[in-house]
Amino acid sequence: MTVDSLQEHFDDKVKREVTIEPRDWMPDDYRKTLLRQISQHAHSEIVGMLPEGNWITRAPNLRRKAVLLAKVQDEAGHGLYLYSAAETLGSSRDEMMEQLHSGKAKYSSIFNYPSLTWADMGAIGWLVDGAAIMNQVPLCRASYGPYARAMVRVCKEESFHQRQGFEIMLTLSNGTEVQKKLAQDALNRWWWPSIMMFGPPDDNSPNTEQSMRWRIKRISNDELRQRFIDVTVEQAKILGLTPPDKDLKWNEATGHYDFGAINWDEFWNVVKGNGPCNKERLEARKKAWEEGEWVREAALAYSKKRSERNNKISAKAA
Amino acid sequence: MAQQTTNKNEWPLWEVFIRSKAGLDHKHAGSIHAADAEMAIENARDVYTRRMEGVSIWVVESKYIHASEPGQSEELFEPANDKIYRHPTFYDLPDELKHM
Ligand SMILES: [Fe+2]
Ligand SMILES: [Fe+2]
Repeated sequence: MTVDSLQEHFDDKVKREVTIEPRDWMPDDYRKTLLRQISQHAHSEIVGMLPEGNWITRAPNLRRKAVLLAKVQDEAGHGLYLYSAAETLGSSRDEMMEQLHSGKAKYSSIFNYPSLTWADMGAIGWLVDGAAIMNQVPLCRASYGPYARAMVRVCKEESFHQRQGFEIMLTLSNGTEVQKKLAQDALNRWWWPSIMMFGPPDDNSPNTEQSMRWRIKRISNDELRQRFIDVTVEQAKILGLTPPDKDLKWNEATGHYDFGAINWDEFWNVVKGNGPCNKERLEARKKAWEEGEWVREAALAYSKKRSERNNKISAKAA
Repeated sequence: MAQQTTNKNEWPLWEVFIRSKAGLDHKHAGSIHAADAEMAIENARDVYTRRMEGVSIWVVESKYIHASEPGQSEELFEPANDKIYRHPTFYDLPDELKHM
């Protein structure tokens, strides 16, 4: 087949919602864009363990500790599902690690904010995982098979994450004055960064159109953001907490909440590496990678030695 | 299934197949890296069965999987297309006929 007819065949499959699989022909740009998107997503899951990992040893009781541990372990799993989906596109795991550690690859900016109090574990589960779910559910129908299948797995697990977070918020909001204040303070700090998780507004998101055509993005940033705000404002009412946006108002005509201006300067500043924890997060990842090096080497050496010994034994037996 | 890119210090890639409950087939779940088969099974347990998704795990080093070429799918699979007489619904039989 010529490149033109391969392209035609590919376009036709995407249009008919037939998934593209690793060994199928695909345009270079599709491969590159997907690789960037999936690895960025994988990095976000891995770096995303850090703000919550920060509180595992200080969880207020054993139940909360077991839950948080399970949640953070899930995020590690999500990272691994996604890295292996990315590997089907021809990148090695080490290459992706290298790109994360050198700062070449990005991850979600939300994880560059600090988790200051226990209430942040509630706000993160409720808002950050909530926004992630909003983003990820449509990707279960992404055109690339391994990515879509990884997202199905991820989405199945995310719902517990959001519910455990909401439960923490609920307990705090029904608690003492101090506890309620902690919950409100966490909401105040995580609200805007969560809303920014959907990315820049549609008119400033140049790649959206192509990604929609390729069906590796199914719903635009602004539409997802609006959906998130609409459901989350209602959830905040159950908690008796107030999102930190004085312009938040139900709009009868549109059937949606109007909301205030988003501080995109802050967003871009964090993306560029100047958020409160960018440096700390990357340092933590690099340290883990470097300190694990001897383990990776030892395991390889051990397996090599063992298979050599087995070969010798079977050679003797023969 | 992932393609293994050669990187000398990377643990090999393994494909993971999981039997979700007794009586069912093992089904491809994804891939993982591990230094050897034993570690591959343990890692697969941690990564793919945190919620009782499995009662049995197979791991196969990815380099040993051979797959059909997508470009050959026509010659491989199309011959079955026009043999609808292999399906029971092809035969138009009277309604009174029972247990068949
Ligand atoms: Fe996740
Ligand atoms: Fe999560």
